[in-house]
Amino acid sequence: MTSKYFLFVVLVMASVSVLALAAQKSDAPVTASTTKTPVATKRLLRQADEGQRIFEQNCTRCHASPEGFSPRISGTIVRHMRVRASLSRHEEEALLHFFNP
Amino acid sequence: MRMACTISKPSFHSSTRSILCLIFALGVLATAHSGLGQDTPLISGGAGLLTETNGGKTTYNPIIEPLLAAQLGKKVLVESRAALLESFSPKGGGQPGYDHSHFIGLTFLQGDYIATPHATVVGGEFLIPFNTYNERLTPIWIGNFQDAPLIFPLGLLASGGLGGMVRGNAIASSRYSINYNYFYSTRSGNEQFSSSRGTGGRVGLYLPEQRLEAGFSYDRILQGTHENFYGTYVWWEPEDAAFRLRSEFGRGEHAQGYWVEADYRTRAFGGLDSIIGRFEPVLRIQQTFRLNTIASDGLPPANTQRADFGLNYNLPHDIRILTSYARQFSTTGNHNVWETGIVYRFLFPAWKGRE
Repeated sequence: MTSKYFLFVVLVMASVSVLALAAQKSDAPVTASTTKTPVATKRLLRQADEGQRIFEQNCTRCHASPEGFSPRISGTIVRHMRVRASLSRHEEEALLHFFNP
Repeated sequence: MRMACTISKPSFHSSTRSILCLIFALGVLATAHSGLGQDTPLISGGAGLLTETNGGKTTYNPIIEPLLAAQLGKKVLVESRAALLESFSPKGGGQPGYDHSHFIGLTFLQGDYIATPHATVVGGEFLIPFNTYNERLTPIWIGNFQDAPLIFPLGLLASGGLGGMVRGNAIASSRYSINYNYFYSTRSGNEQFSSSRGTGGRVGLYLPEQRLEAGFSYDRILQGTHENFYGTYVWWEPEDAAFRLRSEFGRGEHAQGYWVEADYRTRAFGGLDSIIGRFEPVLRIQQTFRLNTIASDGLPPANTQRADFGLNYNLPHDIRILTSYARQFSTTGNHNVWETGIVYRFLFPAWKGRE
């Protein structure tokens, strides 16, 4: 009885995994802007994109994003997460830039 | 009730000393460098009301878990987490009213020094970094279930760590990274900072593009009967799927076990913030196996199998409703566990900093 019960649970988990993968949405390809952007602005945008990528790859693995927080604590949050999530210095800087574009 | 905070610090029962420690932590924060706009000390954590019905007996647990973090200069961070819990349960024997007990204690109080880009030195009372659950998932606003996994006590050296740790990111690139930590904990009988002598560490490999992480933990208790503990973990979060799969295996001298947990939110009906997208079904299966009759490790005394089914709802303003049902099978008896709760996650500056 117990073995059948666990077999059922494992099957349910496998089904959920397959459904989740099937539900994956491929992001729409980012189209390059045809308008010319100043070099400094491009660099800032690239840093912000990288910060967002690092945020999604590291922070949201454990917890949901907070709805918002004061920019006055963004440095403390990032330092806390650097220690807790073993982030590199580069990742810390990119995250800080993402929080304070 | 099997809560992580009470398991990790079972000996904290003196409210007065606990409050003194909290005041000490606040004092450290009061001396903190308030920085230039972004380094203001913060208060974060969770507050909630949790209920559990186990074998027909219901307990009600209001709980607050505040975390304080403050930077001292450019390289030092002081952080501390506490747990304040009150537990109410109906009196037995047909008597009216409720019995209640309380628990106040520091979960950790540590200083972190960023020594190099790849190494951070930690000193103080810290969470034992065995596998992932203790460090990552014990805050009440993060965990999908109120209960910790059955193998949670394995490798935690019966209490928190008091001593030092080196941790960091050995290699970090856009394709892979390797994180590590190594700790040494001394023996302490202090009521607030009780710990066991032990040493150990963890190494993890993370592939960001695949969102896949796997790692290995080892630690050894160095007092009384010396024992070894081994653990492995695998986490996977496919990109853009809002699906997470987490798993751990742990083995001690007297028992071993594993747990696998999956949670999912759908984007198919207007995104994660739609009415439907806020639902979060959760599933966890786990088994423990007793290797001998010595049951000093906190795991069930007999082989146990358990399945938890949860349905959480993520309300706006960082509020979460947690509900779950579990069925536990063991030769010592089968039983049901029903749990409900509401948790609020807070995050704000400790005081007004400089702009």
